[in-house]
Amino acid sequence: MNINLTLIGQVIAFFGFVWFCMKFVWPPIIAAMQEREKKIADGLAAADRASHDLELAQEKALERLKEAKHEAAGIVDSANKRASQIVEEAKTAAVTEAERVKTAARSEIEQETNRAREALRSQVAVLSLAGAEKVLGATIDQDAHADLVNKLAAEL
Amino acid sequence: MAGENQTVSEYIVHHLTNLTYGKLPAGYERYDGSIIGDGGAWVMAHGGAEAADMGFTAIHVDSMAWSIGLGIVFSWLFYSVAKKASSGVPSGLGSAVEMIVQFVDNTVRDTFHGRNPLIAPLSLTIFVWIFLMNLMDLVPVDIVPELMMLLGVEYHKIVPSTDPNITFGMAIGVLILILYYSIKVKGFGFARELAMNPFNHPLFIPVNLFMEIVGLLAKPFSLALRLFGNMYAGEMIFILIAALFSAGVAWMAPAGILQIGWAIFHILVITLQAFIFMVLTIVYLSMAHEDH
Repeated sequence: MNINLTLIGQVIAFFGFVWFCMKFVWPPIIAAMQEREKKIADGLAAADRASHDLELAQEKALERLKEAKHEAAGIVDSANKRASQIVEEAKTAAVTEAERVKTAARSEIEQETNRAREALRSQVAVLSLAGAEKVLGATIDQDAHADLVNKLAAEL
Repeated sequence: MAGENQTVSEYIVHHLTNLTYGKLPAGYERYDGSIIGDGGAWVMAHGGAEAADMGFTAIHVDSMAWSIGLGIVFSWLFYSVAKKASSGVPSGLGSAVEMIVQFVDNTVRDTFHGRNPLIAPLSLTIFVWIFLMNLMDLVPVDIVPELMMLLGVEYHKIVPSTDPNITFGMAIGVLILILYYSIKVKGFGFARELAMNPFNHPLFIPVNLFMEIVGLLAKPFSLALRLFGNMYAGEMIFILIAALFSAGVAWMAPAGILQIGWAIFHILVITLQAFIFMVLTIVYLSMAHEDH
């Protein structure tokens, strides 16, 4: 435990190692650490920005969705309207057509009836003449009684 | 363990003797009866008495070698990391070194408020270097001396911080820095601070000077003696526990438990002592930078 030259040796070694550390060890390590710190800070800031952007995009998407829904509802609405309109139109057309067919049928029936009546009428004239001939047993003067018979037939 | 033909006190003394290389004065009678010739001679000391007689012109080879060797280990370790340092993802040794650097950097920032590029690397060197020197304390006390004995080296102390030369050497280094920065920052103000504090009157200059210089010298003394005292006492207890092993087979178990217990406790002590030395160095240098 004597104090001797070791003391001086240690002082020199001390300054030597401190100098080495100050020159070659400390600056690169601390520089790398500070750079990393900055990188991390930048990264965090970027992440913050990205999440903010995401939020904005989500908002925008939501808005778009709402718009689209609205539009779709409009389209469906108008389609429904159109459909009911078409149905209505078809109904009207069908009714008109039915009316038309009915009218045509009716007129045909009338015609048919008229024709039948006509035929009947002509036959009634002949039959009544024949009947009268038989009843009277004589010939009826065709010309003299034509008026009478025709009147009768017209009454039928 | 104590040799067969060695008493416990001889064992302890052997463990506390440095390997000393120095100059013996002319006419000195050595342990084997030989007399040193004219002009003295540089020899390896044989035993504590010869080492003491060498006076100041001697050097503790073991302390010096371990201290510088551990300094090189520190420099190489940190330099290899510094070379590869990048701002990418750190891993393994890199993160361990960066953790220490970060820790030292934070301590310096908290304590030292000036701007000086020396303080942080100085603190890092002090912390890691002293920690490594103290760490040698945890190597079982007999391994290295016994190995050295086999190689023909008689004495060997592997814990440099149990050598007051080493601790005082570093404390003197710190004192030099304190003086340098005091003068650099304060200039003439430093002399006034020494002369006019604490009693601001010309009559009190001698008293002030005496008190301030004692105060100034107390700083390196406290640094050196605290580290030396703690490590020396710790080493001594390790040696005593080791001596206990030689007391008989019955003592093996308690000695083993004591050894483990003290070693675990000592992990705390060596780190704490390195940290205290570092923090006080920063505080003293911070005071040296403060201008009143």
